[in-house]
Amino acid sequence: MDFKSSDTIPGPRTEDRLPHTAEAAVKIVIVGGFGVGKTTMVGSVSEIRPLTTEETMTQAGIGIDDNFGSASKTATTVAMDFGRISITDQLVLYLFGTPGQERFWFLWNGLFEGALGAVVLVDTRRLEVSFDVMGRLEERGVPFVVAVNSFPDAPRYPVAELRTALDLPEEIPILDCDVRRRASSRDVLMTLMRFLHSLAMKGALT
Amino acid sequence: MTPPQRQRRSPGQPPAVPPPADTPPKEGELRNPERLFVIGGEAGGERAADLDLVTLIVARADPPVSATPEQAAVLRLCAAPLSVAELSAYLSLPYSVVAVLLTDLLAAELVQARAPIVRQKVADRSLLEAVMHGLQKL
Ligand SMILES: Nc1nc2c(ncn2[C@@H]2O[C@H](COP(=O)(O)OP(=O)(O)OP(=O)(O)O)[C@@H](O)[C@H]2O)c(=O)[nH]1
Ligand SMILES: [Mg+2]
Repeated sequence: MDFKSSDTIPGPRTEDRLPHTAEAAVKIVIVGGFGVGKTTMVGSVSEIRPLTTEETMTQAGIGIDDNFGSASKTATTVAMDFGRISITDQLVLYLFGTPGQERFWFLWNGLFEGALGAVVLVDTRRLEVSFDVMGRLEERGVPFVVAVNSFPDAPRYPVAELRTALDLPEEIPILDCDVRRRASSRDVLMTLMRFLHSLAMKGALT
Repeated sequence: MTPPQRQRRSPGQPPAVPPPADTPPKEGELRNPERLFVIGGEAGGERAADLDLVTLIVARADPPVSATPEQAAVLRLCAAPLSVAELSAYLSLPYSVVAVLLTDLLAAELVQARAPIVRQKVADRSLLEAVMHGLQKL
């Protein structure tokens, strides 16, 4: 591995360092088809300049007859944007925006399993690009809310019509947002947290 | 205009059947993707599998002279708590490579790992309330 000398690696800026009291982190994932505004949303609420982490995935190459049966594997890199919000001196929230091919995200160990919940961003001009990921969240039992990122030329549907089209139960919040605005992105996250809270209340009663 | 129609899926429903082996994968798409780096780990020690993207890592010591450049870099970056994801970003190394590095450092007791709080069947309401309170200040 050609590794840069550790002295040359720019770490977090001083103001981006977490306090020593930081004990634990939680995470929320922001999903949706390509170009719906995931990266923009991470950037608008993050207290740090958004960063990118990546993972290398490979084809299970055994028995595949490219290269005449050699065990060569094709690797692909999946990158994820993320940002951070300090909640208290002890608790930190991380937001992950998941670009690229949906099916890879779910191989990323614990990304969805451990997340408190998810925000599904949709663009009403291309509603269907967010269908697959919603199904995958449902299969895994990851609670989510739907945020409609309002692009100016996008069709506007009444919430009831959207709910029917997305085949979502009554309790799942659907709201409009403009992910370029911090306050709007924050409201989306608040809506998710309130939804999770209501689920917790229900869970406690049953 | 009517929006396109989706169909709800249910929890535990088996994921869509993978394409048969003789279907060529689409351009840029891989069949049966798996993680490139399979992590074993020391028996009894903290294993990379226990790490999460948001596990917070804190250095417990200065880099020993025997440290590799990668290990020294991790220890410098983690002078203050830093998530595995942030380490991966600053080091420009894939997540699982960082996880392997951390497994060694954990075994050598050079770093401490602070586990994340993960989703539970019934969420901890006080945790959710704390997050809401924090977001309100944003
Ligand atoms: N008008 C308008 N443009 C937006 C809004 N949100 C995002 N955009 C623009 O839409 C484009 C795509 O936004 P991104 O945040 O990159 O979307 P993404 O979901 O991260 O895209 P991928 O990572 O490629 O899947 C960018 O050019 C944004 O500036 C919005 O609310 N309104
Ligand atoms: Mg993006």
